Amino acid sequence: MHELSLAGNILALVEGAAVREAFTRVLQIRLEVGRFAAVEVPALRFALESLAPGTVLEGAEVVIDEPPGSAVCPGCGRGVEIVARGDPCPCCGAYGLMPRSGDALRVVDLQVV
Amino acid sequence: MCVVCGCGSPVAPQGVEAQVDARTGDLHFGAGAARATVPGLSAERTVRIEQDVLGANDRVARQNRAHFRSHGVRALNLVSSPGSGKTTLLCATIRALQRSHPQVPLAVIEGDQQTTHDAERIRATGASAIQVNTGKGCHLDAPMVAQAFARLPLHGRAHDHHGHEHEHEHEHEHEHEHEHEHEHEHEHASPSLLFIENVGNLVCPALWDLGEEAKVVILSVTEGEDKPLKYPDMFAAAQLMVLAKTDLLPHLQFDVQRCEAYARRVNPGIRILRLSATTGEGMDAWLQWLLARE
Repeated sequence: MHELSLAGNILALVEGAAVREAFTRVLQIRLEVGRFAAVEVPALRFALESLAPGTVLEGAEVVIDEPPGSAVCPGCGRGVEIVARGDPCPCCGAYGLMPRSGDALRVVDLQVV
Repeated sequence: MCVVCGCGSPVAPQGVEAQVDARTGDLHFGAGAARATVPGLSAERTVRIEQDVLGANDRVARQNRAHFRSHGVRALNLVSSPGSGKTTLLCATIRALQRSHPQVPLAVIEGDQQTTHDAERIRATGASAIQVNTGKGCHLDAPMVAQAFARLPLHGRAHDHHGHEHEHEHEHEHEHEHEHEHEHEHEHASPSLLFIENVGNLVCPALWDLGEEAKVVILSVTEGEDKPLKYPDMFAAAQLMVLAKTDLLPHLQFDVQRCEAYARRVNPGIRILRLSATTGEGMDAWLQWLLARE
């Protein structure tokens, strides 16, 4: 539900860059949306496509990298990859893993003309 | 001839490339994807951005945080699904504080999509409240909280306390840092409490930092005990979970231990309080938590 707000933020960020870097059109926008960023990727993509017409993002290809999340297990101390919050450690089955990475939500770069 | 200055040089301005018609030799500038060329810029390029999507909100949230700290305000962001009893809990909390700690100044920012019902309920207790209606928005953001806080007596009180000039207020609203305020931190006689009741929604408000000291997630026992697993981001973001409406437990199939275990599964460090605004069970522990200074 909040993906439309996020898409608005992304557009504002790109429009700021367009003024700074003197470009008029974006061919491709690359985003990083971590597994724990609390963002529904298809919804974000849809929101961006809805906002794009008439803006610098019109027609831009939206590339979204989704890096996996990592956590350190409080049980066995191993660094592990986890898919969802609340999942047990894939090594020892312990709960209570707090993600150490995978919550990024950022614009990485733009291909512009 | 050079098309820029007529100097006779056959070289086109550097960086601007034209498409050449193979048959006639005609040059087509502006035939790239942008259908325009800017002298000095190559047609297609990569611009590194590396910026957080929520960066603009987070900057205002940092200003709010500094602002709250400088005024001795402990700001708490209350989040839950609709109907968990946030406003009822707040009204009961305010009445209890008025009895036990009447010297503690407090105020409420009420977030909803529409109506001023909740702010009116808070004002009926005698506490000051500002309603923020988000329209279609599903969450409060940091700029909304900044504007609402500026209108609260809690904010003005801090300035009166310091004897600041009025013009100074306007100044710091727009400043990035509040160094001038930090000096006064120790002067506050008693800390004050700012409750920010977010829009009822267990998903979106998890992402927006408002500048609060802590998020408090409220889960009522009339909801499912597995909500911490279903909406893990919110429970992971909260410092405290209030398990509300515990007076209803005898009428429900709600496994308190299981609910608490689920909350700790997504957030091992979360504190949990069981509370009933109706009977007052757990109210003392809640007040203690509210008044504890970091």
